[in-house]
Amino acid sequence: MEPRRPSQPHLPPPSLWPIGFAVGVAILLLGLVVGWGIVLLGALLAVAFGFLWVRDLASDEDAVPPTRRYELDPLGAGAAPAVGARGEAALPPMDDEEIETYPRSVFLELSTLGLGALIGGLITAPVLGFAVLPAFIDQEEDAVDLGPLDNFPEGQWRIATFMENPAEGEVTRRTAYVRYNGDLKGVPSFTVISNHCAHLGCPVQPGGPITEEQKKEVKTEGAPVTLIPTQPAAFSCPCHGGAYDTEGNRTSGPPVRALDRYEFSIRGGNLWLGTSYSVSEVDGTGKDATITKYQRMYPGEHVDGIEQVLYPLPAPQ
Amino acid sequence: MAQQRPPSLVRQIINYPLDWLEERSGLVGAVRYFLFRKVPRDTNWSHTLGSATLTAFLIQAITGAILAMYYKPETRTAYESIERITNDVTLGWLVRGMHKWGASVFIILMFLHMGRVFLFGAYKYPRELNWVIGVLLLVLGLFEGLTGYLLPYDETGYWATVVAININGTAPFLGPFLVNLLYGSADFGTDTLARFYSLHMLLAPGAIFALIGLHLYLVIRLGVTSPPWSPEAAGNERYEPEPPSRDGRDGRRAGLLRPGARRAAR
Repeated sequence: MEPRRPSQPHLPPPSLWPIGFAVGVAILLLGLVVGWGIVLLGALLAVAFGFLWVRDLASDEDAVPPTRRYELDPLGAGAAPAVGARGEAALPPMDDEEIETYPRSVFLELSTLGLGALIGGLITAPVLGFAVLPAFIDQEEDAVDLGPLDNFPEGQWRIATFMENPAEGEVTRRTAYVRYNGDLKGVPSFTVISNHCAHLGCPVQPGGPITEEQKKEVKTEGAPVTLIPTQPAAFSCPCHGGAYDTEGNRTSGPPVRALDRYEFSIRGGNLWLGTSYSVSEVDGTGKDATITKYQRMYPGEHVDGIEQVLYPLPAPQ
Repeated sequence: MAQQRPPSLVRQIINYPLDWLEERSGLVGAVRYFLFRKVPRDTNWSHTLGSATLTAFLIQAITGAILAMYYKPETRTAYESIERITNDVTLGWLVRGMHKWGASVFIILMFLHMGRVFLFGAYKYPRELNWVIGVLLLVLGLFEGLTGYLLPYDETGYWATVVAININGTAPFLGPFLVNLLYGSADFGTDTLARFYSLHMLLAPGAIFALIGLHLYLVIRLGVTSPPWSPEAAGNERYEPEPPSRDGRDGRRAGLLRPGARRAAR
């Protein structure tokens, strides 16, 4: 029996360690913005104070719930069986609790639970699949026709808005900045930059005059495409101030990589856009540019540097 | 001594259906128990914040159900139907205004209620679980705010949603999958609005209702906390501990006992 103790509030003694721990975490978060050295410092502080805090808690007797001390059988069921006095076989005492039985009630209980779980699972699995899987299956982008090549004079930018899926309507309207770079080894070269900011996906705007009066509607097989001439000196995002040069390289602000680009092809004298892909950086300009390509990632996800280990699996597309 | 008069006719008319219900369900007693339970002597106005939050949520549920009668969750019609609710439907501007501004009231009240619980130490033993449930309710409430913001389908709502989903996408490892799950596809598409609508008016409110039920159950079971300055100690047990049983089940009702009291009882 434990000694009787007066009733007292269940409170761990006051401790300053959690404050140190919180400061460490705060420094760590600050370091994510400032630099890796600060992150290391914050992590060290947090680990050190966290350790002290846990040690403090573990050594506090009151914080640990008391273990059960009483026994079911005061005579001790676990004690050695009494040996018979007059040559009887030394049988262990027959204790009800020690006989392993498997009564009908337990069987019925388990089979009811099991059948219920089976039925529930059979119903839940397809419903869950219906709710989750369609978002991941068959997600590749359709090719889009942007119209005849002569709508794209050499060295000039066009703001091209098109519908990725005309059947679904306006909600699939996308915008790309398209520039014809002249021919490269006899094949027309285009720069096709997506307007999705590489920070969080807001629409980047061309930094320069937009000649709305020369807007052109081009009839294609799909929905009509509009082309508006512009002379950007750069691209910038209205949401959080991300800025890019005309090749889509990040020049300032929060974006983690360059602007995404579209694959393109020439079919029957028309410019066709294929799937989009992510870019870490572009060296050079126009048709001489060297593009470091990656599979399409969502905005804000790193494709290079040490942070890329955080995004090892792109969602299936 | 005056002779006992039979109850008046009005009283009989009121009591008869209540007695009928009580005899068959016990519900009248349950409601009486809920409404007339004992609370600490020095509760104050800040203790009404929880009820105020509940009221704000119920207003959101009712006005939301009415709005759903006129709202068309499809990208071609959503904005038009909101315009119609605001400008054409009789008193539509009022119901939509209540839902829109009530959303902020609900969020603010949740935080005030949480602050009261924190400052009064009402999250401490044995009420930790109720704090956890409250935090889940807070997250679900904020999720309601996020999903509801898209539904008018205006520029603000559209781009705020794009940014919010892409913020989710930057979560390590599972971020990209979260994006597909929220959009319903690889990019903002026709399913996105319907998906947000379903989450906003069916799944999240259902979960909130269920958790509010648990939250209230625990409030009733554990009682209201006194303010920290109260002479009545916070968390005093409300009934005598049971004598220790020999079958090892004396922890069963430990929810209302502090460890010290449990030890003393043994």
